[in-house]
Amino acid sequence: MTAPFGPTRLLDTAGGADVVSLDAHLQRWGALPSASGRTIIEAVEQSGLRGHGGAWFPVGTKWRAVAGSGRARPVVVANGPEGEPASGKDRYLLRHSPHLVLDGAATAARAVGADKVVVHVTEEAVGGIQVALAERARRGIDGCTFEVAVAPDHFLSGQESAAVATINGRAPGIPTFIGIRSVRDQGVAGRPTLVQNVETLAHAALIARYGSEWFRSVGTPDSTGTALLTVTGRWDAPRIVEVPLGTTLGHALGIDAEAARAIQGVLLGGYGGGWLPTATALTMPLTEEAARSHGSSIGAGVVVLLPAGICPLAETARVARYMEGEGAGQCGPCVNGLDVLATSVEHLAYRPRSLRGGVAALPTLCGLIEGRGACRHPDGVARFVRTAVDVFADHAALHLSRGPCQTTRPFLTVPASPVAGAR
Amino acid sequence: MPDDPAVPDGAGEPGGRRPVSRPRFRLIVDPIACDGAGVCAELLPEMISLDPWGYPIIHGDEVPPGLVDLARRTTVSCPRLALTLLRIDR
Repeated sequence: MTAPFGPTRLLDTAGGADVVSLDAHLQRWGALPSASGRTIIEAVEQSGLRGHGGAWFPVGTKWRAVAGSGRARPVVVANGPEGEPASGKDRYLLRHSPHLVLDGAATAARAVGADKVVVHVTEEAVGGIQVALAERARRGIDGCTFEVAVAPDHFLSGQESAAVATINGRAPGIPTFIGIRSVRDQGVAGRPTLVQNVETLAHAALIARYGSEWFRSVGTPDSTGTALLTVTGRWDAPRIVEVPLGTTLGHALGIDAEAARAIQGVLLGGYGGGWLPTATALTMPLTEEAARSHGSSIGAGVVVLLPAGICPLAETARVARYMEGEGAGQCGPCVNGLDVLATSVEHLAYRPRSLRGGVAALPTLCGLIEGRGACRHPDGVARFVRTAVDVFADHAALHLSRGPCQTTRPFLTVPASPVAGAR
Repeated sequence: MPDDPAVPDGAGEPGGRRPVSRPRFRLIVDPIACDGAGVCAELLPEMISLDPWGYPIIHGDEVPPGLVDLARRTTVSCPRLALTLLRIDR
């Protein structure tokens, strides 16, 4: 029951079992200490833990707000649909270490005074979670009830208001406009609701055991602890790695200057994140602030190293079209803007001479859709396209002067488009 | 200085009334409800323009005090009631 030393925390799977049973879990980590809600919130605040679902919002601040809402008994949503196609860390965690996630959810419930946790995951994770919940029920270790809600397999499923809509049995996976209010005030069954990413909850489960000082012993003062990353392009297949925040990707992934030359650019944060020049991505400290200062975001921890020989603009076009199709189809600027934006990127990628207004038309279009949806979907696509145009400016100039790339192959994972009219 | 929010409306008035500062407002659009009718941009061109697809773009974070009444009338004229005048000073 010793605290894990160094950067391996969530991926410490108690001796390498495929699925860590409750017995093995308790043997490795011990039981959750019975602290008061107030004590837990203070520890989480002092730990500096931030949301690993993509927003990097301070977790303690969020928990305190839900705990203090005071109208009705709050609900906790353990949120793990992970609609981001290039991300696999939440599924990995749910499959291999479900009890870390469930411990975190129970900790959050105690902290905010919730009597109910809804585990919100896609179909593939349901079986494993049910087994884990049955183990916990037999032991009677939880002071709250657990339910499982099945998320549709869409990009937007994990968005906060979309998750609540799914759980409330209303327009599954479709965000709602909550304006100045938030699901924190009115969410599941109209009750104050804490929606928290499953990796974030797993970190909280360890903070509850080992405290904030232990948590802060890894990372930087503002970006504390470790993060799970889904890394594509470094090995033959994508891999989940755990790294201390504040490290560099070059160091964490073992990429030297020589190996970096074979990388055209790095996508950080996923399809709502942003492209970075290889040198920047590999040498900047891995913190959300550093990523944002370069126009990107760590997002949900997606890292894609784009190898040479693949047209980055064709990849950007494929993703932009996929993201257009994954919109909820509710907001005019997003419905119209993303279609025009995707078409323009397709022009740049495949028919560059028919791109009206040149490359400069793309950031202008992005400006027209940013901040104008009910959710942040259009903003994410705009960031993805903006950074592509920036990072691959030389490549775009080649397209315009010499024509599109003659040879390329699909590299980024882009799921098949939903059947038209199915949503 | 009638527009200076630092000078409360009720300051200096007799009767010892608690100073009250002028309410401040922001316009927000519910992009799901909005269907691009465009009425708002006609009624309040000082603050609202339309994008290439006919959907409103709100300019400025705060409604200037002189436009608050017009902004309020604009919100009730929206056929989808997609505009909200939101009080931001409390």
